[in-house]
Amino acid sequence: MDEILEILEKDGRASVEDIAKMIHKKPDAVKKAIKQYEKEGAILKYKAVINKDLIKDTESEVRALIEVNIVPQKDLGFEKIAQRIYSFPEVTSCYLISGTYDLLVVVEGKNLHTVSNFVAEKLSCLENVRGTATHFLLKKYKEDGVILKQKSENKRIAISY
Amino acid sequence: MKISKVVEKMQPSGIRAFFDLVLGMKEVISLGVGEPDFVTPWQIREAGIYSLEQGFTSYTSNKGLYKLRLSIHRYLKDKYNLEYCPDEETLITVGVSEGLDLVLRAIINPGDKILIPVPSYVSYGPVTELAGGIPVYIDTSRDGFKITPKLLEKHIDQKTKAVILNYPTNPTGVSYRRKELVDINKVLLKHKVLCISDEVYADLTYDFEHVAFPTLPKAKENTVYFNGFSKAYAMTGWRVGFACGPKEIIAAMTKIHQYTIMCVSITSQMAAAEALVSAKKSVEQMKREYNRRREFMVAELNRLGLKCLKPQGAFYLFPSIKNTGLSSMDFSRKLLEEEKVAVVPGTAFGLSGEGYIRISYASSLDNLKEALTRLKRFLEKKR
Repeated sequence: MDEILEILEKDGRASVEDIAKMIHKKPDAVKKAIKQYEKEGAILKYKAVINKDLIKDTESEVRALIEVNIVPQKDLGFEKIAQRIYSFPEVTSCYLISGTYDLLVVVEGKNLHTVSNFVAEKLSCLENVRGTATHFLLKKYKEDGVILKQKSENKRIAISY
Repeated sequence: MKISKVVEKMQPSGIRAFFDLVLGMKEVISLGVGEPDFVTPWQIREAGIYSLEQGFTSYTSNKGLYKLRLSIHRYLKDKYNLEYCPDEETLITVGVSEGLDLVLRAIINPGDKILIPVPSYVSYGPVTELAGGIPVYIDTSRDGFKITPKLLEKHIDQKTKAVILNYPTNPTGVSYRRKELVDINKVLLKHKVLCISDEVYADLTYDFEHVAFPTLPKAKENTVYFNGFSKAYAMTGWRVGFACGPKEIIAAMTKIHQYTIMCVSITSQMAAAEALVSAKKSVEQMKREYNRRREFMVAELNRLGLKCLKPQGAFYLFPSIKNTGLSSMDFSRKLLEEEKVAVVPGTAFGLSGEGYIRISYASSLDNLKEALTRLKRFLEKKR
């Protein structure tokens, strides 16, 4: 992967000037490369990684992983039905997977009730959805490569040869 | 109690007092650390833990675990096409530090001279003296901090036994290309001066491929090669290094090692064996990260007016502070007191380090940036 992407993947706020210094290129060249990535859709967006355990009163306190079994449609396969599912705002991620189930759908909601309602009233009733299995998330340890705990203290001595 | 004369005259130095000052202060941003800011990659730590679970808590052979010596053999063969017999030409030591002490004690007769290009790592001189040798310091500050054939020729005499090379170099980060090493090697062979080559930063070489000294023409029989796990694998606290060289020298070193150390901790050896097997990718990742910080810091320091060469390896920069008119020690002390930024005065690494400071970029980019902001403020006040 290009170093610019590698740097931005770790720190979306890294400035063009800093990146240019780090990889020993002209800021203009870096700026151009980033614009190109954004245009191509290689860089989709920039966002903060938030540890929601520390935030009170969010709209997404409960999260569930839902395995969905679907009947593929002639000519369209899974695409059409997947689209109908991932278009719900409650769905934060949606993957086609191999194994017993077809789709893995991640749903967020304010409480158990809202998530269950979504499954019972919206997801399960879709035609072509043959069955679902809902797993509520109890604790997050690591997400997208980030370990979700407070920074550990510095263990090195402050000066050494 | 009477203390040995050799020990008594060993550098007491203002540096110690400065270090104590740093350690006693809170909320210091330190660019003075001589070790990686990464923790040891997990698979290596896991191997150490697993070995404890399995009950590996005994001594190992004096030379070190055969499994580890064999991995080192393979590593050197793969990386440099360099072959050392794991049985007779390899010794596992408590970091490179122990290895250097062993080799100097193994080869020095009273009055033998050891050449040490300076600025250099702090232990070379004192350990030479402890072994009964005479350190001969060669000032490299006028040659871009590199030892040259000419400088060597100038300092070699009948009593010269060996030279201690260290590249990439702590504290300057300087390293050598093959051509330069070939010329150095010729001088050493001509005068039968042994090469003690400390290459512990080898895996952190950025601009070209590192050349191991024993791979040079006819150099292997005249070189004791040192490397370790501390820097590249972020394993400083595990204390594992190794020495490879002609079997009679390794045998002599092993003799001393068996009486003084016995063997390196088995947990550390088990972890180190895992490092060579599975941590190549982690090393590459860390290296890329260091490289970015190196580029960033060199650009920024020069912009602030601290003239700084771009070093080829390790994680140190050695900028000149001469235009501030301050001595290395005064600069470092004032920077610490006024802005709470710790650096190491160049003089810690020999008198030819006067006018320079050592900056370690083994620190997060956020830390480096904050340190630069403070450094800028400090320099503006001094103008």
